[in-house]
Amino acid sequence: MIDNVALILGTTLMYSTPLIFTAMGGVISENSGVINIGLEGMMVIGAFTGATIGYFTGNPWIAFIGAGFAGAIFGLLHAIACVSFGANQVVSGIAINFLGPGLALFLSRIFFDGATMTLSINLDNKMPRPLSGVFSQDSFMYYFLGNRYATVYIALILVFLLWYVLYKTKLGLRIRAVGEHPTAADTLGIDVYKIRYLSVIFSGVFAGFGGAALSLAIVSNFRPTLVSGHGFIALAAMIFGKWKPQGALLACLLFGGAQGITVFLGQYDFKVSSQILSMIPYVLTMVILVGFVGRASAPAADGIPYDKEQKY
Amino acid sequence: MLRKRTILFISVLVIVLVIAGCGQAKKETKIKVAMVTDVGGVNDQSFNQSAWEGLQRAEKELGVKISYVESNQDADYKPNMETLFDAGNDLIWGIGFKMAETLGEVAKLNPEQKYAGIDCFFENPTPNLVGILFKEQEPSFLVGYIAGKMTKAKKVGFVGGMDFFVIHKFHYGFMAGVKYANPECKILAQYADSFTDAAKGKAIANQMYKNGADIVFHAAGGVGDGVIEAAKEQNKFAIGVDRDQNDLAPANVITSAMKRVDNAMFNLTEDLVKGEYPGGTNVVYGLKEGAVGIAPTSDKHVPQDILDEVDKVKEMIISGELVVPSSLEDYKKWMK
Repeated sequence: MIDNVALILGTTLMYSTPLIFTAMGGVISENSGVINIGLEGMMVIGAFTGATIGYFTGNPWIAFIGAGFAGAIFGLLHAIACVSFGANQVVSGIAINFLGPGLALFLSRIFFDGATMTLSINLDNKMPRPLSGVFSQDSFMYYFLGNRYATVYIALILVFLLWYVLYKTKLGLRIRAVGEHPTAADTLGIDVYKIRYLSVIFSGVFAGFGGAALSLAIVSNFRPTLVSGHGFIALAAMIFGKWKPQGALLACLLFGGAQGITVFLGQYDFKVSSQILSMIPYVLTMVILVGFVGRASAPAADGIPYDKEQKY
Repeated sequence: MLRKRTILFISVLVIVLVIAGCGQAKKETKIKVAMVTDVGGVNDQSFNQSAWEGLQRAEKELGVKISYVESNQDADYKPNMETLFDAGNDLIWGIGFKMAETLGEVAKLNPEQKYAGIDCFFENPTPNLVGILFKEQEPSFLVGYIAGKMTKAKKVGFVGGMDFFVIHKFHYGFMAGVKYANPECKILAQYADSFTDAAKGKAIANQMYKNGADIVFHAAGGVGDGVIEAAKEQNKFAIGVDRDQNDLAPANVITSAMKRVDNAMFNLTEDLVKGEYPGGTNVVYGLKEGAVGIAPTSDKHVPQDILDEVDKVKEMIISGELVVPSSLEDYKKWMK
C-alpha cells in the first residue's frame, strides 16, 4: 500500500513538472500585463528544440538551454506584437500556437530526413536522475524520488526563485506595478515597455523549458502530438493559482496528483469505465475551483496594451 | 477599351487551358494511383509512410504512376480528394480511419471514380469503394506468444490507447497469445484514454513494472512512447506496435506487432491492374496476405527456438487451424 502512495506521489511530480515550468511562464507574463495563451506553441517549439539539440549534441544541458532559447524567440515575437505594436494579445497568442507546431514540423523534416518525429535519445544523454540508485529497489523513496529527473527539482527551484523575484525584489515590484497600473508606473520612471519585453521573453523561456521537460525527461523524442494540451492546462493552472507562482505550483501538483490517482485506480477492474476515471483530474479541478478557491482576479492591466501617448 | 482587351485575353487563356487540359487527359494510358495521407504526413514513420512505400513498390513492379497529397488538418481530406479526382486517377486511396466518412461521401458523388480506404470499414459501400481492414489480433497473438514464452515473472502487461473495438483486437489477440504460450501467465491491462499523453503511458507502465510485469505491450500511439521510455529507464522489456519500434529503445523493445500497410496497398493495386478490383466490399487482410506480422528485428532479443515456434503458430493461423479472438466475447469463448 505504502508503495502505491509513493508511486502516486512520483507520478504527480513527473506529470506536473512540464506544467509547472509553463505555468511560471504564464505567471511572469501576465503579472506584467500581457496575456500569453501562446504557451502551448512555445512549449512545442521548446520540446522540439530540446529533443533535436539533445540528439545531435548528446548533452542534455545544452539541449535544455537551447529549448529555453527557442521559447525566448517566440516570446520575443509575442512581445513585439503585443508590447510594441499593441496588437490583440489573444490573437497573437493563437498565432503562436499555430506557428509553434508548424515550425517544429517543418524543421523536423529538415533535420531528420523528412521524418515528423525526432530520433530517440540514449538514456545516458537524457536529463540526469540525481537520486537514481540512491535508494534500494522497491523502497518508498525509490518509487517517490528514485526515478525522477533533474527537471523536477529545477522546476521547484524556479517556483521559489520567481516568487522571490516577484515579491521580494525591486524588479518584481516593478513587474507587478506595470501589470496593475502601467500609467502610474510610467510616471514614476519605470520603462513599461522594457519590463513587459523582459517578462514576455522570460515567459517564452519557461514554456520552452516546460516543453523540454517533456521531450528530454518524460520521453526522449519529439513527435507532433507530444505536447497536445499541456500548455493550455498550464494556463488554466496559472489562473487557478490566482496568477501567483505558489498558487500555480499547487494547481499543477493537484492536476498531476489527480492523474496519478486516475492511473492508480485504472489498474483495478471497476464497474466504472476508464473514460469516467479519466475525467477525475478535470472534474476535481473544477470542483476545487468553484468550491474552495473563490474569486480569482487578474492583474488590473492584464491584456491591455500600453500606449504612452494615449490620453486617459 | 482596356476592359475589352482584358476580357478577350482572359477568354483566350481559358480556352487554351481547357484545350490543353483535355489533350493531356486523353494521352495518358498508364494506370494512375494516388493517395491522400491523414494529418501525420507521408513521413510519419507509421502507416502513412508505409502506405507510400507500398505504392512505390507498385510503381517499380507494376509500372503504375503514383502520387500523393498530404493533409495538414482533418478539413483537408475532402479538398485533397477533389484535387486527385480532377487529376484523373484510376484509383484514389484514403489513408487512416479518419478518412472513412469523406471516402463514403466522395464515392457517392463520383460513381465513376474508384476509391479505397486503409483502416476504413463501410456499412454499404458503393461499387466504386473498397474498405481495407487488418486482422490486428493476429500479430498481437504472435507477440503475445513471444511475451508468454519470454516472461520470467509470469506477468505481462498491455497498455491500450482508447477502449474501443480496434484496440480490443490488439488487447484480446495479445491475451490469447500469452495464454496459449503460457497458461499460468497473468496479464495486467489498462487503458490510457488517449493516444497522445506520453506521461500517462509512462505512469501506467511504471505501475505495471512495479506490480511485477516484465514485458509490456502497447497499442496506444504516442502514449506508447512513454511506455517504451519506462521500459528503457527500468531496464525491462516492451513490445511495440504498427511499425518496428526497436529504434526507440534498441535494448528493450523485443519485438513489434506490425501492420504492413505497404503490402495491403500493393495487393489491392495489383488487383486493380489485373482488373480484379473488389469494388463494393470490405477486404480484411491478415497474416495470410502478409499484411501483418512481427518485426524483422525480433531475432535480436527473442531466442531462435521461440521464433521457430512462432513460425509454427503463424502457419496454424494461416491455415485456419487456429482462429485468434478479436473481442472480449470471442476471447471468453476461446479460453474454453
